[in-house]
Amino acid sequence: MSTEMQKPPFKSGVLRWIDERLPVLTWAYNELVVYPAPRNLNYWWNFGSLAGIMLVVQIMTGVILVMFYTPHADLAFDSVEGYIMRDVNWGWLLRYIHANGASMFFALVYIHIFRGLYYGSYKKPRELLWILGVVILLLMMATAFMGYVLPWGNMSYWAATVITNLFSAIPLVGEPLVTWLWGGFTVDNPTLQRFFSLHYLLPFVIFAMVFLHLLALHQFGSNNPLGIDLSKKDKIPFHPYYTVKDVFGFCVFLLVYGYFVFYAPTAFISPTNFIPADPLQTPTHIVPEWYFLPFYAILRAITFDFLWIVPAKLGGVIAMFASIFVLFFLPWLDTSKVRSARFRPIYKWFFWLLVIDVLVLGWAGANPPEGWYLVAAQLGTLYYFLHFLVILPMLGKIERPLPLPSSLSDPVLRGTRSQPAS
Amino acid sequence: MRRMLIVSLAAFALAGTPGDTRAAEGARPLDRDWPQEGIFGTFDRAALQRGFQVFKEVCAACHAAKYLRFRDLAGIGLDQQTIKAIASEYTVLDGPDDSGEMFERPAKPFDVFPSPFPNPQAARAANGGALPVDLSLIVKAREGGDDYIYSLLVGYSDPPEGEEGLEGAYYNRYFPGGWIAMPPPLSDDIIEYADGTPATVEQMAADVTQFLAWLAEPELEERKQLGLKFMLFVLVMTGIFYAYKRRVWSRLH
Repeated sequence: MSTEMQKPPFKSGVLRWIDERLPVLTWAYNELVVYPAPRNLNYWWNFGSLAGIMLVVQIMTGVILVMFYTPHADLAFDSVEGYIMRDVNWGWLLRYIHANGASMFFALVYIHIFRGLYYGSYKKPRELLWILGVVILLLMMATAFMGYVLPWGNMSYWAATVITNLFSAIPLVGEPLVTWLWGGFTVDNPTLQRFFSLHYLLPFVIFAMVFLHLLALHQFGSNNPLGIDLSKKDKIPFHPYYTVKDVFGFCVFLLVYGYFVFYAPTAFISPTNFIPADPLQTPTHIVPEWYFLPFYAILRAITFDFLWIVPAKLGGVIAMFASIFVLFFLPWLDTSKVRSARFRPIYKWFFWLLVIDVLVLGWAGANPPEGWYLVAAQLGTLYYFLHFLVILPMLGKIERPLPLPSSLSDPVLRGTRSQPAS
Repeated sequence: MRRMLIVSLAAFALAGTPGDTRAAEGARPLDRDWPQEGIFGTFDRAALQRGFQVFKEVCAACHAAKYLRFRDLAGIGLDQQTIKAIASEYTVLDGPDDSGEMFERPAKPFDVFPSPFPNPQAARAANGGALPVDLSLIVKAREGGDDYIYSLLVGYSDPPEGEEGLEGAYYNRYFPGGWIAMPPPLSDDIIEYADGTPATVEQMAADVTQFLAWLAEPELEERKQLGLKFMLFVLVMTGIFYAYKRRVWSRLH
């Protein structure tokens, strides 16, 4: 917040007494009530708060599930399928809320990320806000992966085997590193137990990162669909305008979430994961959860050695990690000064091409790496990096953006649908 | 199939089942309408009870169901007396008693439905090296779910002309690879239904499939009922907050 802290209008002397000594109420009042937000935010700006709520839902259901779950290779599957799902009161509900919650969390976060890409929310001065977001994404991926292993179904086991084996591609230290990660010479009970420990720890690290994400957000305030810096008169207090809008958005989201929890609870769970982990029975297709599929496609797209020094397996691992790490540099790779794609006639098309590219990668990731699937994965991977490393840096130099309005009531906006009522 | 439809509807077609049309994966299962399908679907109690009879008299000769306790049978509509009577037909090992000896006693409702074999090695030895899988979750653990289980049970036939058979395996077009170690478990009138329903292979297959679907998802009815209340409640809240949001925002104009 660049402005002075405002004192909340206390009705209670006790609260004022507390706040003078511990100004949490002043802080909450300034950050959540009078916090000035752009008045022209559209519904794509609902997804950040929805993702935040989803994190809390996951932590709450997770904490209760842990009271009934047994992190042991011989007992984990039974404790989930035989105990939580059957004997624990509302255990099935908690488990389905948590398992589907992971999918919902990723869906919300991916929309949130693409919203940031479309409206240029990562650009100056919000670079650190964006980078913290990418850190949160990475932590979410680690957490979700380890959580997926905990029921100790056969896909859990083989997903753990495939993903941890990636580290064996690292030259020299790869093999000993994987043995160290596993706590043995194969994925086994020590692996499950450390994954359990970390799966409990990381959500709280995410929580801390979300806090920093919000701190960075509130430094300059939200970006907006026009991508221009707004003056005070174009801003409205967060409460009640965005609190009520967020609650409405949350209700709509609950309808989607509820549909999966109550009517299609296993839609995102592979049938193979209802078979207990079996080191002797490799599934025909080892496929990760849907939210990892584009990255899985990139991992398997590299089927050739690079320059005789990087073997294909290492190349795939590097490409996969690079596909996320490239996002850290996005604020500087995109050389255009204009934030919103609304005023970038060419970027707008490339944005949608990237969306299609990621969907194609996801489709390729769900299928075996052969024939056209492999070609699609390779072209998709090539285009993904082309977008960030070549197209974005060049586009900022050659694209002629449309004239930017100076404020929400600027005549440039007249006649466009973004014009707010005045 | 329902799984695939839902997933693609949700625009997450990415997670669809890969390559399920390829020959090695077995024929596409028959698409049957099940009473437990759909938003308002519930189990057919009579079918579940017949299905339990098939399970008990046919499947349970080789297959275990370690998550089935006798008391759970209340869920298929059996009363406490019947459950106690069924349990007492079985003997379970208990103990040790005060003198440190293990002893056998009739099963009680809280006991797990006894496994036909003491351990997997014994199960393999008695089944030509193949392990009869636990049936507790079988409907959720197979692509195609109830349709697949039903199709498999009715899908035995002579192999196509010229197809080389596998030693100790039976041809079943719905089984991935076509050759399954399980002998055809059902034949007409292999059991006599307590309610007098003619015990055709199709009837028994449909009944036991519904029983196994219940066994895999005993919470299904409770889940859908709660879901209906939840969805209606949230729908009303959505309407209220939409109206409230519009009212609050109208102050800006």
